[in-house]
Amino acid sequence: MDALSLQFIQLDLANGCYLFIVGFVGGLVSGFIGSGGAFVLTPAMMSLGVPGIVAVASNMCHKFPKALVGAMKRAKYGQVDLKMGLIMGVSAEAGVLVGAHYQELIKQRFGDAGSNLYVSLAFVLILGFVGALVMRDTLNCYRSGMAEEEKPGRLALWVQSIHIPGTMVYFRGLNTRISVLFTIPLGFATGMLAATIAVGGFIGVPAQIYVLGMNSLMASATELVIAFVMGVGGTIKFAWSGYVDIRLAMIILAGSLFGIQLGAIGTTYVKPFMIKLVMAVIMLTVMVSRALVIPVYLSQLEWIGAMQPSTMSLLKNISFAIMILALAVGAGIILMAILKGRREAALPTPASNLALATESRISS
Amino acid sequence: MSVPSKPPPRLGTILGWGGISVSMYLLLFAYEKSILDLSSRGKWYFTIPILIAFLFSFVHGQFTAVFWEGLGFTAKK
Repeated sequence: MDALSLQFIQLDLANGCYLFIVGFVGGLVSGFIGSGGAFVLTPAMMSLGVPGIVAVASNMCHKFPKALVGAMKRAKYGQVDLKMGLIMGVSAEAGVLVGAHYQELIKQRFGDAGSNLYVSLAFVLILGFVGALVMRDTLNCYRSGMAEEEKPGRLALWVQSIHIPGTMVYFRGLNTRISVLFTIPLGFATGMLAATIAVGGFIGVPAQIYVLGMNSLMASATELVIAFVMGVGGTIKFAWSGYVDIRLAMIILAGSLFGIQLGAIGTTYVKPFMIKLVMAVIMLTVMVSRALVIPVYLSQLEWIGAMQPSTMSLLKNISFAIMILALAVGAGIILMAILKGRREAALPTPASNLALATESRISS
Repeated sequence: MSVPSKPPPRLGTILGWGGISVSMYLLLFAYEKSILDLSSRGKWYFTIPILIAFLFSFVHGQFTAVFWEGLGFTAKK
């Protein structure tokens, strides 16, 4: 076998269709909430026999063109703050490099099991905390009848009130000036998370909403710019070492561009809190998925008692199935919201009824 | 009622972008070995997957946009 066939798998029609469909669902979610569609793609490719690093590299290579198309689409709807996206994107790039470095250090010190445990713990702790926060806010919005309107919270108002000379920048999405000393660490944290769990947006979007005071629609659209900047940098890093399987990346892209267009269109039909709802549901479901495999890695590290291989395999399979379920549930909520929004948009409004009645009176 | 800002794309436009997109995918798989051989060399060959990704995102992005518009899925506002 040559080096090429060791690194890149043979692709058949069934595998291609599988990646196309997962890509479509992932794209739909990303187009709607700005990120969150890619975390399932790396394990999905690895389940076909793709080596881990090739799966990560190919996932990254499909993410940046997908984010580009999504960002351009949502920019047409006036939802993107390009300046915020670029500033946070550059700081996220630094976060990716540091995050990847920590990953390597942990892998060297504790091996694959240690690295997997670190990733799973990051999933559980961060998604558990941020997901619960977003879900609580979503439910409060819904119960208080504030589903139509979003206002910056106390933290965001405090951030917006701080004036640090020489660092203040006007952001269209906030309609005010804030210090970039706040945006840079948030971008950095987004990049760190992207390098750890492949989805930086689970920090990037909530941070823009709750820390900076941006509305959900703009935060999720601006996240696509951040994802594009991070994705280009990450792809260059992996492609420089020759790890990108461009066939895998382009098949996933084929499905995800169908999805991202539909997800982006969907944002114009829904109330802003729907974006938070989808994000919270996906985050909390994925958290459960990763929590299930933590005992497997603890056992492999011999930090707890030995586990039967069949039990390990079962837990891993259930975890993967729940991960797919998280994406499917998110996509289902988005599709239902789009269809409901289209139906409501097609119904005649009181104003149009009045116009029609007046018109018929005049003609008679 | 949602009012699209422009008329829906003609069938010819949808089929045209679709045809170009499918052709590009056929070419990618017809020459997969050569393309993978070049891109796996790394170093400055990193430009090959990046350029392919940009090219596909433009062509396939256009196709998917007109595809949904053709089916009546347009933005509300």
